Amino acid sequence: MTTDTPLSNISPNNFEQCVKCTVCTVYCPVTAVNPLYPGPKQAGPDGERYRLKRGDFYNEALKYCLNCKRCEVSCPSGVRIGDIIQQARMKYSHGSAGLRDRMLAHTDLMGGIATRLSPTVNGILRLTPVKMAMDLTLGIDRHRTFPSYTPRKFTTWFRRHAAAHQERYTRRVTYFHGCYVNYNFPRLGKDFVKLFNACGIGVDLMPGEKCCGVARIANRLIKQATDAARTNLREIRTAVSRGNDVVATSSTCILTMRDEYPHLLGLDNADVRDNIMTATRYLYRLIESGQVRLVFKENGFPYHLAYHTPCHMAKLGWGVYSIELLKMIPGAMVTVLDNNCCGIAGTYGFKKENYKYSQAIGKTLFDSIARENPDFVVTDCETCKWQIEMSTPYRVVNPISILADAIDFEATRQANMQ
Amino acid sequence: MNFDTIIIGGGLTGLTAAIASAERGERTAIISAGQSALHFSSGTFELLGAVDGKPVTNPVEAMDRLPDTHPYRRIGRERMLSLLPLVQPLLSRAGIATTGNHYINRYRLTPLGKIKPAWLTLDDFATFDSPDRLPWRSVAIVNIADFQDFYPTFLARGLRDHGVECTISSTSIKELDNLRRSATEMRAANIARVLDYSAVCNLAGRIKSVGRGADAILMPAVLGLADDLMVSLLRRLVNKPLYFISTMPTSVPGVRAQMMLNRYFTNLGGTLMAGDTVTGARLDNGRVEAVFTNNHGPEPLTASRFIMATGSFFSHGLVATPSSVIEPVFGLDVDYPADRADWFSKNIGQAQPFMEFGVRTDDSWHPSIGGNTITNLQCVGSVTGGCNPIKQGCGAGVALLTALDVTTPRL
Repeated sequence: MTTDTPLSNISPNNFEQCVKCTVCTVYCPVTAVNPLYPGPKQAGPDGERYRLKRGDFYNEALKYCLNCKRCEVSCPSGVRIGDIIQQARMKYSHGSAGLRDRMLAHTDLMGGIATRLSPTVNGILRLTPVKMAMDLTLGIDRHRTFPSYTPRKFTTWFRRHAAAHQERYTRRVTYFHGCYVNYNFPRLGKDFVKLFNACGIGVDLMPGEKCCGVARIANRLIKQATDAARTNLREIRTAVSRGNDVVATSSTCILTMRDEYPHLLGLDNADVRDNIMTATRYLYRLIESGQVRLVFKENGFPYHLAYHTPCHMAKLGWGVYSIELLKMIPGAMVTVLDNNCCGIAGTYGFKKENYKYSQAIGKTLFDSIARENPDFVVTDCETCKWQIEMSTPYRVVNPISILADAIDFEATRQANMQ
Repeated sequence: MNFDTIIIGGGLTGLTAAIASAERGERTAIISAGQSALHFSSGTFELLGAVDGKPVTNPVEAMDRLPDTHPYRRIGRERMLSLLPLVQPLLSRAGIATTGNHYINRYRLTPLGKIKPAWLTLDDFATFDSPDRLPWRSVAIVNIADFQDFYPTFLARGLRDHGVECTISSTSIKELDNLRRSATEMRAANIARVLDYSAVCNLAGRIKSVGRGADAILMPAVLGLADDLMVSLLRRLVNKPLYFISTMPTSVPGVRAQMMLNRYFTNLGGTLMAGDTVTGARLDNGRVEAVFTNNHGPEPLTASRFIMATGSFFSHGLVATPSSVIEPVFGLDVDYPADRADWFSKNIGQAQPFMEFGVRTDDSWHPSIGGNTITNLQCVGSVTGGCNPIKQGCGAGVALLTALDVTTPRL
C-alpha cells in the first residue's frame, strides 16, 4: 500500500473507526435478553468517548458483557469493541473480586485441591443442600453442576504412561492441556496423545504450564492473570526455541494466549503468536500438505455430527479446520450449526445473577441442536460442552476425540512411520 | 488451504457469486471482513429505479439510457436478459421468497409513505402494480409501543396523499416489557429476537383487534431475524393482509436475507470465513497464487480463481486518502479524477462523483495493477464503480447481476 499520508488512525482498538452503524448490536447475545446491559455500541465505542473525558462515566453494567467477541467479528470497520469493553472494566471498575469470583477464577488452584479429594468433592458438589448453600452464600447458581473432578490428573497419567515413549518421534508438538483436561477430563488429553502419536507426532508438555488466565481476566484478577501469562509465555518461548508449535484442544485457551495477552494484558507475544494454535489447525495443515495421513476404520463412522462453533473459535476464524477434519471421516454426516452463543461464557453462567440470561442466550442454539437431532454435538470448547450438556440431552465431544475414535490406530501409525 | 474459488467479501455480491460457484460443485470460500450493506436493506432488491432523475418502469429498456460505464451496459443487453431470470430462483433456493417480475418494476411503499419503483421485494412487504393507485381504502398502522425507529405519522401522511385512510395505534405485549426497560436497545433486531412463538400469538391477538375494519395492516419490520417462521406465523394468525415497513437500521429483513444466504452457502458445503481480513497476496505472472489473512496468518489460502466483492467506501473496498483513492487489498488500478475538487459536489443532495469511483476492469471484469491485467481475479459489485446506487436505485441489481455474470457460463 503506497500513500503519502498514513491511512489508519492511531487510536487504540480502532476506536475512531466506529461509524455508529449498529451492526454489532444485532450480534450481541446479551442485549436481547438483559435490558441492564447497554449493548456493545453503547458499552464500547460510544461509552468510551465519555470515559476518555471522565472515568466516572463508567457503567458497572459492563460486567454483563460475555467477552464473546461476536461484536468484533461482525464489525464492518474493524473496531475491537470487545477489547474496548474489557479494558474499560479493567481500568474503571470499582471494588475487587469477591470470594466467589476468586474461587471461580482460579480454575487451576481449585482444580489442584479438588482432584486430590475428588470422590468426596464430586459427591458433595452434587448434593442439593450443598448447591442451595453455594447459591445462598456464594452466589453460584443452584441449577449449575460443576464438572466432576478427576481422581488422577492428566499430567500424572502422562508422566506415568506416555512421557517415556514420546522420545521416539522426531516431529514434536507441545500440548497446552489447560485446566479442564488436567483436572476434569483427562480423557481428551489421552485422545490427543493417541491421535498425535498415531500421526507420528510426539507430544511434550510445558513443565510450568499455568491456567491461560481467561477466568482471571473475566473476574478482573489482572495481576494474577498477568503473572500466569508471563509464565506461560516463557514456557511457550522455550518450546518454540526447540522447534515445537504449542497447541491446545480448547479454543478459548488459544484465543487468550494469542490475543488477550497482547490486547488486554499488554504482553507482547508477536515473536511466538503464529506458533500458538488449536490442535485441529495444526493437524489439518500437516494433512493438507501431505506430511500426515489419517487412515480411518474400515467400517466407517456412521454418525451425524453437528459442529457448534464456539464464540472464541469464531473470533479466531478457525472453525473451518475442525469442520474440514470432521468432513474427512468416511460415513460421518457433518452439519454446521448456525453460529450462536451457548450462553455460558466460562464462569459467567455459573454466577447466580447471570444464570437466567445465560440460559436465555443459549436457547437459540439449544433449539437448533434439537432440530438437527445429531448423534453428537462436536465443539472445541469445554465450557460450551458443559452448557450444552447441562441444557440439552445431547452429548458433546471435542473433534480430537472424534478423530481419535474414528481412525484405525494401527494403520494410521503405519502410514505415518518415517 | 486450497479452494477452487475464493471470494473476498461476504455481502450480497460475494454471497451470490459464492452460491453460484458452490452450486456448480466448486470448493468455494468466502473471506468476509465484518457484516455487509444487507443490514441496511429496504426489503427490496432494486434493479434500476431511476435514470436521469426519472422513475423507471421498464429497467431493460431504460438501461440503454445509462452511461457506457454503468455495469449493466458493460454486461450488455443480451446477457442481462439471460441473467435476470436467474435471480429470483437463486434467492428462492436460499429460502428467500420475493414478489416481482424478472424484467418489469413493481412499486413499493417507503417508510415515509412514498411510492418508489421496486424490482424484487420480500414477500412480506407490500408492492403495487402501479404508482398511482393503491389497493387499499383504509389501513391500520400498528407500531410496537416505545419502538422509536419507525415513524407512523410520516407514513400516514404519505398514504393519505394517495387517498388511503389511516389509523395509527401502538400495541404492546408482556414479552417485550423486559426489553422496553432499555431505551437504547429497544431496536428492531432485539425485538425480533424476543418475538418467539407465544409472543407472536399474543401480538397477533392485539393486531387483530386494532386492525378490525381496515383493508390491510402495516407494521414495522421487527419480526424474523434468522428465518421467516415467525413472519409467516403472524401473517397467518392475523388472517388479513399484513405488510411490513422498513425501519431505521439495522434492517431485520436484511439481516434475515443475509443469514439465509449464509446458511444456504454453508449447507452447499461452502466455507465462510467471517470476521477475517485479507492482509496480502502472492502474485506470480499476472495471477493471484494465494491470499493471506489476519486469522490464518502465514497459512496461504490458494485457489485457481479469485473474485473481489469488497464493496465501495463503507466496507473499505475503496479507501480515500487526501490525494488518492486506492484499493487496499491488492493495490489495483482505480479510476478517479486527479483533482480532488472533482471528487464531490458541494451540494449534498446532488449525485456525488466519488460514488462512481471504482476499480478499473477489462470487459471480463479483470482488474490490473500498474496496467498489467490479473487474469484469475475478477472484480464485481460496487467495487467496480461506474454507477450511482443512490440516484439510480441499482445497488442490489449491480451486486446480483455482476456476480452472476462472472459465475454463469455463457451458452
